[in-house]
Amino acid sequence: MQLTFRIWRQEQAQAKGSFKDYKVGELTEDMSFLEALDHLNEILVLQDESVIAFEYDCREGICGQCGVFINGRAHGPHSNISTCQLHLRSFKDGDTIVVEPWRAKAFPIIKDLIVDRSAFDRIIENGAYISAKTGTAPEANAILIGKAIADRAMDAAACIGCGACVATCKNSSAALFTAAKINHLNSLPQGKLEAHQRVLDMTTQMEVEGFGHCSFTGACEVECPEGISITNIAEMNARLFKAQILG
Amino acid sequence: MILDAKIPEGPLEDKWRNYQMHSQLINPANKKKLQVIVVGSGLSGAGAAATLAELGYEVQCFCYQDSARRAHSVAAQGGINAAKNYQHDGDSVWRMFYDTLKGGDFRSREANTYRLAELSAPLIDHFTQQGVPFAREYGGVLVNRSFGGVQVQRTFYARGQTGQQLLLAAYSQLSKMVRSKKVRMFPRHEMLDLVVVDGKAKGIIARDLVSGELKRFAADAVVLATGGYARVFRLSTLAIGCNGSAIWKAHKRGAFFAAPSFTQIHPTALPQSSEAQSKLTLMSESLRNDGRIWVPLQKDDPRVANDIPEEERDYYLERRYPSFGNLAPRDIASRAAKERIDAGFGVGRLKNAVYLDFRSAIANFGQATIKDRYGNLFAMYKKITGIDAYQEPMQISPAAHFSMGGLWVDYELMTTIPGLYAIGECNFSDHGANRLGANSLLQASVDGYFILPNTINNYLAAALKDEPVTVDHPAFQEVEAEARLHIERVLAVQGTKTVDHFHRELGKTMWQECAMSRNQAGLEKALKAIKELRTTFWSEVKVTGNSDELNTELEKALRLADFIELGILMCTDALQREESCGAHFREEFQTADGEAMRMDEQFAYVSAWAYQQGDFQLHKEKLDFEFVTPSVRSYK
Ligand SMILES: Cc1cc2nc3c(=O)[nH]c(=O)nc-3n(C[C@H](O)[C@H](O)[C@H](O)COP(=O)(O)OP(=O)(O)OC[C@H]3O[C@@H](n4cnc5c(N)ncnc54)[C@H](O)[C@@H]3O)c2cc1C
Ligand code: FES
Repeated sequence: MQLTFRIWRQEQAQAKGSFKDYKVGELTEDMSFLEALDHLNEILVLQDESVIAFEYDCREGICGQCGVFINGRAHGPHSNISTCQLHLRSFKDGDTIVVEPWRAKAFPIIKDLIVDRSAFDRIIENGAYISAKTGTAPEANAILIGKAIADRAMDAAACIGCGACVATCKNSSAALFTAAKINHLNSLPQGKLEAHQRVLDMTTQMEVEGFGHCSFTGACEVECPEGISITNIAEMNARLFKAQILG
Repeated sequence: MILDAKIPEGPLEDKWRNYQMHSQLINPANKKKLQVIVVGSGLSGAGAAATLAELGYEVQCFCYQDSARRAHSVAAQGGINAAKNYQHDGDSVWRMFYDTLKGGDFRSREANTYRLAELSAPLIDHFTQQGVPFAREYGGVLVNRSFGGVQVQRTFYARGQTGQQLLLAAYSQLSKMVRSKKVRMFPRHEMLDLVVVDGKAKGIIARDLVSGELKRFAADAVVLATGGYARVFRLSTLAIGCNGSAIWKAHKRGAFFAAPSFTQIHPTALPQSSEAQSKLTLMSESLRNDGRIWVPLQKDDPRVANDIPEEERDYYLERRYPSFGNLAPRDIASRAAKERIDAGFGVGRLKNAVYLDFRSAIANFGQATIKDRYGNLFAMYKKITGIDAYQEPMQISPAAHFSMGGLWVDYELMTTIPGLYAIGECNFSDHGANRLGANSLLQASVDGYFILPNTINNYLAAALKDEPVTVDHPAFQEVEAEARLHIERVLAVQGTKTVDHFHRELGKTMWQECAMSRNQAGLEKALKAIKELRTTFWSEVKVTGNSDELNTELEKALRLADFIELGILMCTDALQREESCGAHFREEFQTADGEAMRMDEQFAYVSAWAYQQGDFQLHKEKLDFEFVTPSVRSYK
């Protein structure tokens, strides 16, 4: 099949970017979207052009490194997948596909389709851990955790940190990302002792980084590759409220 | 050179304790003066960096991804083993040790393997405390399942995302230490070379992948935790960025490379569907708990799987290995699949797959239970193939997956370069010629959390007396200049072929001749082909863009240049070992019914290669079996 990729090119952070069209043939339906970009890059190399910078690593939807806007949607036309899980069978021969980087104030563009998501790391650094040193743990079964609690913690913990929630949110809010981490740790007995401080610190950092406020449009949960529910945000807000009252 | 593994005295059960009792201590005030570089932020690297920092050392940690959280440990699905005996099914440290040693076909050290099993139970305690949401029973206790090559249930898991959950726990502990300024984290930095001063590892040269700048980092010890190198096959279950460069450069600076050719080919990955394919997605081995593997009895059977009646199916693993059945170890399951596919019974569009069928499991336990156990794996399968595996069997195929080989390390996890350590998948240590499923997250974690932070003291205590080395030392200048020259050479070729072209060629040769089954003629042919490929790479590769910018094509080229050289060493190693053991199957050495024929008299050693100006010299670390007698490995 043949497709036209309309891709955002931007040399570096300060440069002005623009869209550029690339007509690519010899594509097959079972190619992944990223493999099509690989293929395009090989063509560019042979034409003596510099390649399109885009991100990926695991290519199986778990590392969270990939992620671009495709035809106006984070991670492309389907709900709850990552860019690397998108295949060309989702497009029609002759289609034009618009490809852009995540756009959010807290995620500055580095080059072409690559953005800087280190703001997420800094949110994690501000409390998304249980302060127990290596070598200090009690026997694992000494603290029982009901299956329902463990399962819910796991639902929240599944976040891959790709940033689609931020990119798709009209306020560029990181509420889903932050809530998922808070709820994972705060719902487990091991995370309880630092629960209040964790919510306070992580939500503060979210603002420091320049992420917007959540206005509950629900756009994020649709694009989240792990299908993390926005009820997490409500839960985080409740936890925050409690932490503010109890300190 | 005599390779001294520094195995402590005493009975197996006491060795690690004896070691700890006699190892040196460093007082907290002095620890603050010591710098350690950790290259890698996977389970091994993040675990080590966080723990070393907690102990008081100053740590600098590196990864090539944009965040430490993305190291490829994140992709492990199935689980992590521990000898907790929670299921009351007769498990013990000894049994786990024995399973691991036997699973590795008696090509690893008893003392290391025992320590791995011994430290497994406290590791589960550790991760639980860090907030890993392991699967639980309704009563609140931890659940286990089985993995290949064992008959007890000792695998702990967090849905089908165990690696992710363990890595995120390690990453959060690392983040805690970043916040307290005891770890400086350098994401998007790739180590290009090792700096050795007076025979000791004293730092690295890394490339800032955003600016392209080459930077120098000095330390009192360097720890490599850079993961596996199975991307040498190009198509593998590894992440695209996984590379062998850091350990390869260390090898060229004097670190011995052990058992490079021991590569695990995983039996249950998704088959290749096109030439453009960039990776093979793994379907966790845990699926073999409930899935049954088969091919049609009839060659080129045109019927869809569900139309083939029970009596016309060949459940070849159950047929050949009745006592382990679908849970036969990986090397055996992969070879058995290859045998059926090569014999013309393969299924799927390219006839390169076998079926993994859940029909009986769904009939027995109901779809809801299967969904609870493997829901995300079935979902992932559907995303990639478009097929609903609750309705029809999955199609799976063997794929390159794990490197048992790696830098040679002693019991302290130190390489042959003093002050240079290798932990996690990038070392050769506990898995021998074949790794058991769910043992590798374990190894990476115990190396990083429990072992290295104890053993590194022995070296650093003495290093305190060394003259501190800074990045202004001439050795740093030299190595940086070499790294720069290397990059310029790659960019200067300006040939007519892409990096991916060469990687595909390398991958084909390696897969053909140095994967599941090997023979002398094939390996010799491969050696010739890869050497030619090396020549054409350096005369015909084309890389666009510059060195002083973010340049993903250049990154790929530098990694591939090292993979080509590593491929040569892998074939050399496979050629040298004239026996079959574990994943290393030499066609010349097999029994009448096609099983591996091990030659303990001649080959009970770890091959450890020294680099000598483009050539390799073999050293042998003899494996002494003091506590168990190597037996013929049978899963029948
Ligand atoms: C798909 C898949 C599934 C698996 N499932 C299981 C399982 O269920 N159970 C199990 O026990 N094992 C499993 N394994 C194996 C296991 O996940 C790995 O062996 C283990 O996680 C390796 O950890 P590591 O810390 O050694 O390396 P990794 O996690 O690979 O980390 C390597 C680190 O090194 C960095 N790095 C690499 N090169 C450089 C460089 N040149 N410069 C700077 N940084 C560098 C990377 O950025 C990364 O941070 C699986 C493996 C795969 C591929
Ligand atoms: S490349 Fe890892 S999630 Fe897409």
